[in-house]
Amino acid sequence: MPKGRFGIYGGQYIPETLMNAVIELGEAYEFFKSDSKFKAELNSLLKNYAGRPSMLYFAEKMTKDLGGAKIYLKREDLNHTGSHKINNVLGQVLLAKYMGKTRVIAETGAGQHGVATATAASLLGLECEIFMGKEDTQRQALNVFRMKLLGAKVNVVTSGTQTLKDAVNETLREWSRRVKDTHYVLGSVMGPHPFPTIVRDFQKVIGQEVKKQILEIEGKFPDVLVACIGGGSNAIGLFYEFIGEPNVRLIGCEAGGYGVHTKKTAATMAIGKIGIFHGMKSYFCQDEYGQIAPVYSISAGLDYPGVGPEHAYLHDIGRAEYVVVTDNEAVEAFEYLSCIEGIIPAIESAHAVAYAIKLAPKLNKNQIIVVGLSGRGDKDVASIARYRGVEIYE
Amino acid sequence: MNKLQQAFANGKAFIPFITAGDPSLVITKELVLQMAEAGADLIELGIPFSDPVAEGQVIQAASIRALSHGITVDHIFNMLRDIRKTCNIPIALMTYVNPVFAYGIDSFLRNCQETGVDALIVPDLPFEEKDELVPFCLKHGVYLISMIAPTSNNRIHLISKEAQGFVYCVSSMGVTGVRKNLGSDAEKMVKLVKEVNDIPCAVGFGISTPEQAARMAKYADGVIVGSAIVKIIEQYGSRCLPHVIEYVRMMKNAITEGD
Repeated sequence: MPKGRFGIYGGQYIPETLMNAVIELGEAYEFFKSDSKFKAELNSLLKNYAGRPSMLYFAEKMTKDLGGAKIYLKREDLNHTGSHKINNVLGQVLLAKYMGKTRVIAETGAGQHGVATATAASLLGLECEIFMGKEDTQRQALNVFRMKLLGAKVNVVTSGTQTLKDAVNETLREWSRRVKDTHYVLGSVMGPHPFPTIVRDFQKVIGQEVKKQILEIEGKFPDVLVACIGGGSNAIGLFYEFIGEPNVRLIGCEAGGYGVHTKKTAATMAIGKIGIFHGMKSYFCQDEYGQIAPVYSISAGLDYPGVGPEHAYLHDIGRAEYVVVTDNEAVEAFEYLSCIEGIIPAIESAHAVAYAIKLAPKLNKNQIIVVGLSGRGDKDVASIARYRGVEIYE
Repeated sequence: MNKLQQAFANGKAFIPFITAGDPSLVITKELVLQMAEAGADLIELGIPFSDPVAEGQVIQAASIRALSHGITVDHIFNMLRDIRKTCNIPIALMTYVNPVFAYGIDSFLRNCQETGVDALIVPDLPFEEKDELVPFCLKHGVYLISMIAPTSNNRIHLISKEAQGFVYCVSSMGVTGVRKNLGSDAEKMVKLVKEVNDIPCAVGFGISTPEQAARMAKYADGVIVGSAIVKIIEQYGSRCLPHVIEYVRMMKNAITEGD
């Protein structure tokens, strides 16, 4: 496969102004990924700062209640800053520092990636600016304040649909204005090469840990891995180590919003077509003329009209399955996991929990499902209350 | 042979950019016809796109206005057919790559050929990815314009060697939009291009005043102006014609006097 391609997907479809920046990034990454000082520093940050390895938790009550496969939760919600985003961010901000950059910028949807970036920038001493759609700043007001508290500047994006896609547009524009001292910390396995590869490499620790942990506990591989998917970073992080294990099913859960038969959905694999956008060839929600469609999900983090190119490839070769989970199913799973296990999942991760709830009873008791619990749900409590008609504002 | 050479045959070329369908396709057609009369040498016509990542706020807003009227690529090709009944000015279409991809690359370029489109400018298709379109451009006799930026440095050589039609030199960092101070990189960029390829160079991004245009025209073969014109269109809407035409005349004069 040519460099930066996953089958026909991926590539570097960005303005010339940014080309040398992504080339330089690719070269720096190739160099530092095997540099012992860089590796040691990153490992130390992951262990001593982020709290890795994250727990693989046997959800015993949930397993009993559903009466089928054993359910394990990979607790990325217990990482510092409350989601898997920190894995990638520590890697990229450290890389930026090694490259001599003094400033980082990032897009954010739910605010998790923005918070993580602001955190890493604060720790490693880089200036930080976050771009966030206006609608998301309202849905996730607490995270906006959190980022400011961490010393980041938050730019409210008022263009387009004022959500994640527009935040990416604005961060790309800002990067082309000021590229020399600035690194763009892309938050998912998307965008131009080398981002899908770099982000996947920084996230694959999730699956590597699962492999080790499940072998210790169960003495065998899981039968199914389930993860939510927007851009797809936590899903690829969980899946990657198991791609070469054909007996392990990989299932990505897309945000269905009100359902794929409505316009209010963000299920890219289900309704999208192949296109070229945000630097990559992949699947995108778009109209017949290639205009990118406004998408919708209750989850700000999954509210994105595209999907990472490696997922598009895994989809086409049939290695991973992609299913749709609606808002309502996700909210029910959010409530279910809170009640039964005392774990409040991020509404993003609740999409994966929802599918596990459907799947577990169909499997037998010797089978194992590992659910990627990508983040914690504290940030979502107010919006779930509103979904249920309770007017709580943060 | 392609009409694009015409554009650079009358001294320094003035290249106005407008977004198709802003404020309406009827006005866009009139703008093309009258700008051609007023001294424009090549017209860059933008296909509105939902997410134009290389554009500043002015052209973003024009895209949104055009899309809100339901303008599609097919409407634009129909308008071009109409224009070609009476007007032979060289035209370059500016589009992001996804609308071309979604339309079907071969069909899109066949339509370009049929409607006399001379060149394509695709800001999110850099050198490394140009083969996505190049075979179809060659087949249908349409130039794919290469862009170089202040950050291109060592890439200028590589890009220029394979450039066709003209080279689009991006004068400043960032996105399109009027700037008070233009970078000083463009002159150097033009020189580097000419070292490897005897091809016209047009400078764009940020230029709005006659003084800026005249300064750029001293070393470039053409000057591209977008946001300043789109701003006039935004301000006057369907009554923008005389104002735009006056501006185009002024700019063409400015770059001609310095010739």
